[in-house]
Amino acid sequence: MLYREAGDYKTSYPADSQTFPIAFDRYRYWVVLAVAFLVIPFFVNDYIVNALLLPFLIYSIAAIGLNILTGYAGQVSLGTGGFMAVGAYACYKLMTAFPDVNILIHVVLAGGVTAAVGTAFGLPSLRIKGFYLAVATLAAQFFLVWLFNKVAWFYNYSASGQISAPERTVLGIAVTGPNTPAWASYLVCLVFVTICALIARNLTRGAMGRQWMAIRDMDIAAEIIGVNPLKAKLTAFAVSSFFVGVSGALFFAVYLGAVEVGEAFGINKSFLVLFMIIIGGLGSIFGAFAGAAFLVTLPVFLKLIGVDLLGWPTDLVAHLQLVVVGLLIMFFLVKEPHGLAHLWRLAKEKLRLWPFPH
Amino acid sequence: MKMKTLTTLALTSALTAGMAAADLVIPDLSYRTGPYAAGGTPFSDGYQDYFNLLNARDGGIGGEEVRIVECETGYNTEKGVECYEATKNEGALIYQPLSTGITYQLIPKATADEIPIHTMGYGRTSAANGEVFNWVFNYPANYWDAASVMVNYLLDENDGDLEGKTIALLFHNSAYGKEPIRTLEALSEDHGFEFTQIAVDHPGQEQKSQWLQIRRERPDYVLMWGWGVMNQVAIQEAANIGFPMENFIGNWWAGAEHDVTPAGPAADGYLSLNMNRVGDLPVFGEIESMVHEAGNAAGDGSNMGSVLYTRGMYAAMLAAEAIAKAQEIHSVSDITPAMMRDGMEALEITDARMNELGMAQIGPEFSVSCENHGGSGLGIVQQWNASEGSWTALTDYIAPEDALIDSLIIEDSTAFAAENNITPGCL
Repeated sequence: MLYREAGDYKTSYPADSQTFPIAFDRYRYWVVLAVAFLVIPFFVNDYIVNALLLPFLIYSIAAIGLNILTGYAGQVSLGTGGFMAVGAYACYKLMTAFPDVNILIHVVLAGGVTAAVGTAFGLPSLRIKGFYLAVATLAAQFFLVWLFNKVAWFYNYSASGQISAPERTVLGIAVTGPNTPAWASYLVCLVFVTICALIARNLTRGAMGRQWMAIRDMDIAAEIIGVNPLKAKLTAFAVSSFFVGVSGALFFAVYLGAVEVGEAFGINKSFLVLFMIIIGGLGSIFGAFAGAAFLVTLPVFLKLIGVDLLGWPTDLVAHLQLVVVGLLIMFFLVKEPHGLAHLWRLAKEKLRLWPFPH
Repeated sequence: MKMKTLTTLALTSALTAGMAAADLVIPDLSYRTGPYAAGGTPFSDGYQDYFNLLNARDGGIGGEEVRIVECETGYNTEKGVECYEATKNEGALIYQPLSTGITYQLIPKATADEIPIHTMGYGRTSAANGEVFNWVFNYPANYWDAASVMVNYLLDENDGDLEGKTIALLFHNSAYGKEPIRTLEALSEDHGFEFTQIAVDHPGQEQKSQWLQIRRERPDYVLMWGWGVMNQVAIQEAANIGFPMENFIGNWWAGAEHDVTPAGPAADGYLSLNMNRVGDLPVFGEIESMVHEAGNAAGDGSNMGSVLYTRGMYAAMLAAEAIAKAQEIHSVSDITPAMMRDGMEALEITDARMNELGMAQIGPEFSVSCENHGGSGLGIVQQWNASEGSWTALTDYIAPEDALIDSLIIEDSTAFAAENNITPGCL
């Protein structure tokens, strides 16, 4: 009924190869963007932004980054937390060294620094694969966290070893620091998410994305048909680390404001982002969003139900959360190994035929 | 996906909006799960039980009921921020997160929202300078006091001379553990002892290499800034390498029953600081009869009288006294966070008052002022007696080197003020 291709004529190649070929999908996309940009900022408060929206948006960027590396290029990485730390510390050093430069530029530059570091740690991927590569990136995770804890230059020799974001403004409105209005931090992250998702989507369906997928599906065959594995793997590491770095910079500067590397960017963070793309769906930009939304909102949702609605003890609810999240992860892996993105794809197929399924 | 987010949002806002009421709201950012739960649980139990006692016995404070809003942080900063945002709009009067990491997170946020934070013996030490940190309090003592008290105790043991001795600091590799380093460096220059640092990464279950280093370097004393499971492991490892327990001193977060009991008799003689006395206080009887027997005990009620339970209760008492003070200053019973701050800044704790509350001598006498949010900084040294299973106080309250600590506090807080464009001054 609503969701159909019939009568939706394409008269040019660009029209035929656009991201959302079905008109209804396109309208839905524009409506979501309009609501996100024009409606939500007027209705948010500190709690909703800091507990739900910011983590969702920031983890979405990280998940998109990891999805490019793992989902599209097939290189397993456990170094996400470490690369987020690179983004955060790069952003901090840039913010304090060049206080007059706009923070948005610093965030992008922090992504660039992370891309360089990520490429360096991606070099072993040319020789080792699978589990062995996972271990190599695990080494990156531990090395980077150790480095930022050990070398005082990274945290400007502060007594506590913490880094904290000074106040920076965009168009005269604070976007970092404690006086940031909720809507401003939300909008900054939203802008980055939108741009990152657009870039990622277009990279993955272009020549570069095809090379990544060729490497993922069978690297020897890809090499034989002319894909340069050096270029494909290193670009995947660079692009992925760029996104992860941007998310780390936003995580530190906009979301938390003060960060301690071992606690904020430990191995748990790497696993969390990995779970996001597994639950959301490997090799899907939408999957990155779905996975991030799922793992960010679920604990908060369970807490609201358990503690605020039912009045259970907080420790019981906290333990229950672990159980429920664990069970759901197992359920999804068994019932829907392709993640939430695949469920969404199936739903769309069904909707196309609805209400006449035959 | 968007729809799901939106429904969640709608539900959240409906839930959070529907709960405002006119009580004295005390959020309890506790942690009863994770590697630090062993310390977080008794503290939170003591904290809540005392407020419940006030509700049951006196009908609250100044006629206003106290409403505790508990939120589980798991000692995790992200969850701590979520808890803060979830509770602040309910009229939260004071935050005591029991985590230095969360404290660093909350200092700028709470200052902007004008809600006082009390970090009793933890958090950011330089917050003792109330002219820079108007909304943050860390009385009765802080980490730098603790480091200085330890060195003063060791000076006393060594007839006033630490020349040529080696003191190692075994610390939790986080903002918490790094706090005393600056003070100990300054003290090592003054007293001529050699100072080495040995870091233990979160959560601290693996310390073989650190203790191997201690075994190799044979420091005369080991000071420990540990928390949670790290303490138990460290004491066990010290016993394994035969390090003399009486030369091993933990700070006041590394000196509770659950830290020493896993090592059994081997932990006998282990020293730690304490900022409050432990013992059989009359107030415990009241809590037992009016809170626990009425079925309102926080947690399982098994922690009463332990070191951290007593400290949690002490923290609640200081908050309750500050509320009473604020009510007195402003002559209203339903106070705001800003009034609470005034009450904390005018707080005065005397021996007579502590007697009256049924917790005689629980802490030192001290008073707070705008310039000094840090209290007196006194600490006692206590020793674990494994056969009796109890802590014995070895000393009376030992004073830190105030001149040195004050100059360090001024240095650090003015740097913070300059970084954040704060003009120091009283509110």
